[in-house]
Amino acid sequence: MSPRRTLVALAAVVVLGAAALGAAQTTIRIGEINSFSGIGAPFTGPYWNGVQLAIDEVNARGGVLGKKLDVLKRDDKGQPAEAVKHAQELVASEQVVLIAGTFLSNVGLAVSDWAKQNKTLFVAAEPLTEALTWSKGHDHVVRVRPNTYEQGRMLAEKAGKLKYTKWATIGPNYEYGKRAWETFRDRMKELKPDVQVVEERWPALGKIDAGIEVGAILAKNPEALYVSLFGSDWITFVREAKKRGLFDRMFVVGILLGEPEYIDPLGLEAPEGMLVTGYPWYDIAAPAHKDFVARFTKKYDKNPVLGSLVGYITYLSIVDAIRKAGSTETDKLVAAFRGLKVDTPIGPISYRASDGQSTMGAWVGTTKLDAKRGVGIMVNHEYVPGDNVLPSDDEVKKLRSGS
Amino acid sequence: MVLFLIASGLSLIFGVTRVVNFAHGSFYMLAAYLAYTLAGALPLGGASFYVAVALAALAVGAVGTLVEIALLRRVYRAPELYQLLLTFALVLVVSDVVKLVWGSENKTGPSAPGLTGAVRVAGQLVPTYDLALIALGPCVAAALWWLFYRTRWGVLIRAATLDREMVALLGVDQARLFTGVFALGSLLAGLAGALQLPRVALTTVMDAAIITEAFVVVVVGGMGSVPGALLAAVVIGVIDAFGVLLLPRASLVLTFVVMAAVLVVRPWGLMGRPEAQGRSAGGTIIAGREVAVPRALIVGLAALLLAIPPLLPTFYVWVLVEILAFALFAASLHLLMGTGGMVSFGHAAAFGMGAYGAALLVRWVKAPMLLALAAAPLAAAATAVVIGFFCVRLSSIYFAMLTLAFAQIAYAIAHQWYDVTGGDNGLLGIWPARWLASPVRYYYLALAASGAGLAVLAVAGRAPFGLTLRAARDHPRRAEAVGIDVRAHQWLAFVVAGFFGGLAGGIFVFLKGSVFPESLAVAVSVEPLVMVLLGGVQSLAGAPVGAALYKLLDTVVTRYTEYWQLVLGVILVAIVLVFPRGILGTLGARGRG
Repeated sequence: MSPRRTLVALAAVVVLGAAALGAAQTTIRIGEINSFSGIGAPFTGPYWNGVQLAIDEVNARGGVLGKKLDVLKRDDKGQPAEAVKHAQELVASEQVVLIAGTFLSNVGLAVSDWAKQNKTLFVAAEPLTEALTWSKGHDHVVRVRPNTYEQGRMLAEKAGKLKYTKWATIGPNYEYGKRAWETFRDRMKELKPDVQVVEERWPALGKIDAGIEVGAILAKNPEALYVSLFGSDWITFVREAKKRGLFDRMFVVGILLGEPEYIDPLGLEAPEGMLVTGYPWYDIAAPAHKDFVARFTKKYDKNPVLGSLVGYITYLSIVDAIRKAGSTETDKLVAAFRGLKVDTPIGPISYRASDGQSTMGAWVGTTKLDAKRGVGIMVNHEYVPGDNVLPSDDEVKKLRSGS
Repeated sequence: MVLFLIASGLSLIFGVTRVVNFAHGSFYMLAAYLAYTLAGALPLGGASFYVAVALAALAVGAVGTLVEIALLRRVYRAPELYQLLLTFALVLVVSDVVKLVWGSENKTGPSAPGLTGAVRVAGQLVPTYDLALIALGPCVAAALWWLFYRTRWGVLIRAATLDREMVALLGVDQARLFTGVFALGSLLAGLAGALQLPRVALTTVMDAAIITEAFVVVVVGGMGSVPGALLAAVVIGVIDAFGVLLLPRASLVLTFVVMAAVLVVRPWGLMGRPEAQGRSAGGTIIAGREVAVPRALIVGLAALLLAIPPLLPTFYVWVLVEILAFALFAASLHLLMGTGGMVSFGHAAAFGMGAYGAALLVRWVKAPMLLALAAAPLAAAATAVVIGFFCVRLSSIYFAMLTLAFAQIAYAIAHQWYDVTGGDNGLLGIWPARWLASPVRYYYLALAASGAGLAVLAVAGRAPFGLTLRAARDHPRRAEAVGIDVRAHQWLAFVVAGFFGGLAGGIFVFLKGSVFPESLAVAVSVEPLVMVLLGGVQSLAGAPVGAALYKLLDTVVTRYTEYWQLVLGVILVAIVLVFPRGILGTLGARGRG
């Protein structure tokens, strides 16, 4: 290429680049970081479907503040350090107005701490750790999904009315498993002072030796078992527990185990009669939700799972916050999220001013097999709003000052 | 018994071909998914499951054969660790292929027809399927015994395990022997995976979950020894069972503690034998001379690194900082594996201890940032003193696995000691001091630290210390004979490598602002290994080259595709085939003609 031609080509590149930048400003960019590979992968695909549904619908109505939304998706590979790298890239190179997403608690905490340091808003979708909004909470983080504390408490309110006093538990050796159990146990002891704990099992995440764990639980002969096992460990546990008759010998309470993510892969091997938190998408009467399921199924030819709903609500909330703020400046968005009210397919929720936790709740019900669809479902379920179980603003203040 | 199946295959492959097959877990996973689909699709009623298991195992055996012929065979003449790089690339590829074909949702396989119940044994209900598996183990072991002791092929395999040079000299076609072994090993991995169908959930991470444990069994049993693998699988199984009941908190590390104990007492595993001392002068890891990088190039690069950051977009400055950290990390590993000939699978211990050392100081004594950063290499070096003391007594794969054991123990401590380390929720808020917080300023700090570290490592490599290490690497007996204290030098090298690995961890933690047990995980040990091999193990300069290449590839590929593992894996395979001695090694060899 002659020097002159090279110059012309360079100039063209610069002009085109500038044009591309100009075009970028007609959209509002949002950075989505999530574990699309690694241990979170089974959960994040359906979540992303929910996100896309929300974005497509909002954009079809003309977007927000006259601009379309553009979501840039990054895979954190289940690694906190990788997630921080994406946050740096999205904010510095792509000028996103906020960061959203994450599934694993440690990834959520790492991004949250980065957001605090860099004064960027982080809308955490699914991480469950209480620390995110309480002991490690700050102004620049809000969270959508009901946390470990809330779900443990919902279960305790129900289980506390039952006759069982001799309890055991099994969960992953992670903060999630420990806290899921502690909130449940503490509330149970308030409701039923004669509750006693005969066994606690904390197998390594992803490496459960299920036969041995089941044997250890059976040996202690509890009346009831509280389970907080994660994805694949839960499947492995169910198979060994069934062969050894565990479900016939004790009442089982499971946090999250009614979510389609957990119960669908089991097919007809799903245990019946468990008290669980979950998401009975097939049996929610609200017309807005029925419509949501219909739109989702039409678009993806499969049913939504809890992650899909959370993804949808997360981006509805972001859109409403931008609309309320009338701007995409971080300070205004942070202010807009405090007390933000959002109309969702499952009814109105709000983001608490004290901690940024949404009041989205969960369904508590009993598992049963649905022979027609070939999977387990929840029956006799009840929606418990987050407000019913969240600590008061004063308590939050105390939790936050602890760090 | 499933563990025995997968471990015996792995042991066999290593024993004969010396390939550290990271992809063995991937073959296991692939077979499980194949069997899942076949069992659902075959119209054979109750027999479907059993036919599916057999077909899946055979199919994976065929895949293994293909991999050996098409890929591994091309790099047998390269330094032997390059096959490890290939198998690492395969792990990435298979992982995404499974995701593409079967999706990433968890799956529950069918039960084994006729073996769904349980029988009462000593008051406990034991599933009949488990009993069938327990019975299958000795049957497979017996079949393998027959193969090894009653057939000519088996004789050759045993001979090759003991001394493959001699076997080659006697005129045995090594290529065919290796292909056969790889096929059999893969088939065993496939059988193990398919047989798990009625017991565990199918997940896209089941490869990673099994591979380290399989290596532990192989090493405890003794590399290349099938009876050893059987014994070790039983021992580990029993200890696991009791450990889970008696010491549940230690369940993360129990197998590694057992392995460490066995290796300290029996450096070649329970039933392994000391390796035949290589006849050829020159270590098996390094072939060829050190590649010299022109001084002008280094000076030019340094000038560029000094001048360019203020002109770069912010994000690329952050990427450069990460590359600097990993360049130093990989270079510190190079001192061990390149100069010293000691391949570590646990170098994450240095990185993580550095990161945690700095983070703990900030968290608990509110130490100023620079002081905490300075403490990072010291914390890692102190740890290396202890770990090195035990590890340098061993050689080759046993050394590697013992370092892995210690890294896993460190991981478990960081993971379980909630009060101090924050457990799996990690330590947050570890940011640079205010005056260093801007990307460019932090970059110059990282450049100074990493550059100084690289310079010291370069000098050490050429100093009498480095030359002595090479002597010990190439011919330990002769080195001893001229009065070199081989172990003391290796120990010192371990500590120096730990020191600079820790400094890298320190740079990294202030870049990310937080530290989690993941910084001590196996993946962090594998990364610098891949980088050193990618760049070329022959020279120190290979480490930063490999680090830059790997990190840039990873950053770019991850940015543009969801299937980054597939793309990255294929690129790595291509690089290994084009540069079978690493980038610098191959260029250097070509330069010399």
